[in-house]
Amino acid sequence: MLLARIVGTVVATRKDPRLVSSKLLLARPVDPTGKAEGNYLVAIDTVDAGVGETVLIVSGSSARMASGMKDTPVDAAIVGIIDAVDLAE
Amino acid sequence: MQLARVIGDVVATRKDPNFDGTKLLLVQPIGADGKDVGRPLVAVDSVGAGVGENVFFVRGKEASFPFYPTEVPTDAGIVGIVDSFHVPSPE
Repeated sequence: MLLARIVGTVVATRKDPRLVSSKLLLARPVDPTGKAEGNYLVAIDTVDAGVGETVLIVSGSSARMASGMKDTPVDAAIVGIIDAVDLAE
Repeated sequence: MQLARVIGDVVATRKDPNFDGTKLLLVQPIGADGKDVGRPLVAVDSVGAGVGENVFFVRGKEASFPFYPTEVPTDAGIVGIVDSFHVPSPE
């Protein structure tokens, strides 16, 4: 799973019917120290995350195991809000 | 599966209810020489691994199988602690 920071919201009126009423957020992956890296991605929010928060994103087919995501066309879901990352090094 | 070193832990209070009781660890994939390869990621622990240990982890939906029938929404899971590995001549 990825650590990412929420940088914005995404609005889409025309979308797959199974995505109706789900919240789309724009996230940018971060490294364990919080530095942004890599490409932005659109993820479905299942934990009421908001802009500026660091979250945990599950990707691939596992994203469909997130709460309420069964049989939905999704490959990235926000499944946790990060309180702290304890780095050993 | 991939070799990795556990480099830290991740704390999240608000999370998918199916994560309850699981431990989230930061793992850094390593190569045959033990050096870091690629970016660190967050994995669910099912074997009681800890910071500093070498482990192997599985990617994809299979990562949730150790918790079956609970559907833990994870794409990476630690499934073994490596006691040692030996590569005669690293490429």
